[in-house]
Amino acid sequence: MSGVLQNLVAIIIGVPIVSAGLLALLPGYWLSARLNILACLVTLLAALSLLLTARPPAGPYFLIDDLNIVFIVLNTFVGFSAATFSASYTNHELAIGRLTPTYLRFYHAMYQVMMFGMNLALVSNNIGLMWVAVELATLSTVLMVGIYRTHEALEAAWKYFILGSVGIALALFGTILVYLAAQPVLGEGQGAMIWTSLLTQANSFDPALLNLAFVFLLLGYGTKVGLAPLHAWLPDAHAEGPTPISAVLSGLLLNVALYAVLRFKMLMTANDRALDPGPMMVVMGLLSLIFAALMLYRRRDIKRLFAYSSIEHMGIIVFAFGMGGPLANFAGLLHMVMHSLIKSSIFFSVGHIAQIKGSQQISAIRGLTQSHPVLGWGLASGVFAIAGMPPFGMFMSEFLIVTSTFERQPILALLLVLGILLALGALVLRLIGFIFGEPTGELKPSEAYYVPLFLHMSLVLMAGIYLPGQMVVWFQTVAALLG
Amino acid sequence: MGTLAFDIAHLLAGGLLLVSFMMIYQDRMFALLHVFAFHAVVLSLSVAWQAYNQGAPHLYVTAAIALVFKAAIIPIALRRIVKQLGVHREVETVVGVGVTMLAGIGLSALSIVLMLRVTAHADAFAREDLAFALSVVLLGLLMMVTRRNAVSQVVGFMSLENGLILAAAGAKGMPLVVEISVAFSVLIAFIVIGVFLFRIRERFDSVDVTAIDDYREVHR
Repeated sequence: MSGVLQNLVAIIIGVPIVSAGLLALLPGYWLSARLNILACLVTLLAALSLLLTARPPAGPYFLIDDLNIVFIVLNTFVGFSAATFSASYTNHELAIGRLTPTYLRFYHAMYQVMMFGMNLALVSNNIGLMWVAVELATLSTVLMVGIYRTHEALEAAWKYFILGSVGIALALFGTILVYLAAQPVLGEGQGAMIWTSLLTQANSFDPALLNLAFVFLLLGYGTKVGLAPLHAWLPDAHAEGPTPISAVLSGLLLNVALYAVLRFKMLMTANDRALDPGPMMVVMGLLSLIFAALMLYRRRDIKRLFAYSSIEHMGIIVFAFGMGGPLANFAGLLHMVMHSLIKSSIFFSVGHIAQIKGSQQISAIRGLTQSHPVLGWGLASGVFAIAGMPPFGMFMSEFLIVTSTFERQPILALLLVLGILLALGALVLRLIGFIFGEPTGELKPSEAYYVPLFLHMSLVLMAGIYLPGQMVVWFQTVAALLG
Repeated sequence: MGTLAFDIAHLLAGGLLLVSFMMIYQDRMFALLHVFAFHAVVLSLSVAWQAYNQGAPHLYVTAAIALVFKAAIIPIALRRIVKQLGVHREVETVVGVGVTMLAGIGLSALSIVLMLRVTAHADAFAREDLAFALSVVLLGLLMMVTRRNAVSQVVGFMSLENGLILAAAGAKGMPLVVEISVAFSVLIAFIVIGVFLFRIRERFDSVDVTAIDDYREVHR
């Protein structure tokens, strides 16, 4: 059985990198868009079959456990649907001449490099390797954010690059400190960087070093999660890059950084004398939530609006994991999955809408339900879902987070509810403008490809109405693992 | 390991911090690049000394990369970019040199006090190296914050990475994977930066980051 698993891991990280090479060489837009989808599909199938195989003990480099399977399946799934959306999106960009075939070739190759980086970060059992993978994913997205080469796009890419590098540098310093804490116990060399052995021995590490390391790791990877006050790169990067990349950034890359934070949080909790990482995460989460909720009000660019909403939701998720305990962790995990699905589907519809209107300005988008009913209602359901309305899945996760917090820390729960309501108000206000009123701007029919949009929304709806028992058990195990 | 070995390691790491301070007050582009090259040389010596003392031959590779790549190739390439763009005169700073120096002194004092307290039980070599490395990292950050010009921000970022390599070299027996990756990431980072600089020049005729901001102000 262990052979099967190793093969699967090899597929999950091998297919993206090989196809990145192929895509860089292959000319022809049609073929490379199809190949991009195919590569993502193969990776997704391999990720799904991870669920069915037995898991042997972790090796020195790779690890598959209950926690990262959630991330891997989500990552490859959204990666796949974003690739199908990307095919129809880039088709249009090519037609209007915003992207040239050469740039598209580069774009597709970078898409797979990014998938490789993210998947590698998720399966790695070595904290050094994980750092390298996160850096790789960051650099490839930097290049894609700047791909339109307008002034705004270059500025966004530059800002993202500088802030991302600083974050990643701080994370490396934290990683070195973890190694130093582990080295007296686990001995020199490779052994002291393997996460599974770190976890079993964490209790005998020097707590002071571990505390300092976690501060650096939280700030470093937290920059990539988009936590306030280190979020400045996020709205620009989302607004100025191609929309499929906005979907992948929000839906996936933020999660990968969050995954790194969670791994190190588990190390901290395994050490009795180290600081409790919870309060730090709770504070950063709440700060991001309330700050982003306020920022939602005065946005004029639709992609920027939803970028701030991503900061808001990452804040909620980090808050939930910071509170800890089986219920809050369960809710945090569910919220993360729901956020990835909904936010990427919102970006799918926003991408098509912006292409029809030829603008991302909120003022240019009105009366969608009259001019483009399918897209309009698709966006409306997405915004309802992201605002946490029933019957969508996010209502349940937010409800769980709020109730479990009320039980333990009523004051924090009040702040949390305040933030959620502020965000709800801003989103509903905007939504009314989007879908009702007289249609403005271009009214040409859309050539949109609706499958990924509705696939995501129906999954979210299903999760809101009925969560399969197996999934609940699975998430409960992960929640218990997170402590 | 005798006290002499320790003293030399201490001297080199301290030297790196000193050169970081020298970078902060340079107000000419070429001078800044020269000091950066010197920074990389000191780093390379420091890493080589660690390699010798720890008996870790792979660290020589890291030292060699620092010497060849950071002390020679990058400064020369950046020099050419600076010449092409014609930004070799003054370096625009956001705040005055005096304030920056004071902030730098504060940051180094903070990091040394913090690291020495936290690493009380660690190996003496690692302790000193880490304390200096954290100061170098923070000074690199400070430089990135206080400079407006894109090229000097890049130099600030690379001095920050030098600090990280010093820390990695000081952590005894840290696996090779990490060192190569650090060096490699510097390479990638540089390519990316190079691409950006050329694009920025192509589009703005300036690498002053405030020019980008101004453009945005006007066009929104």
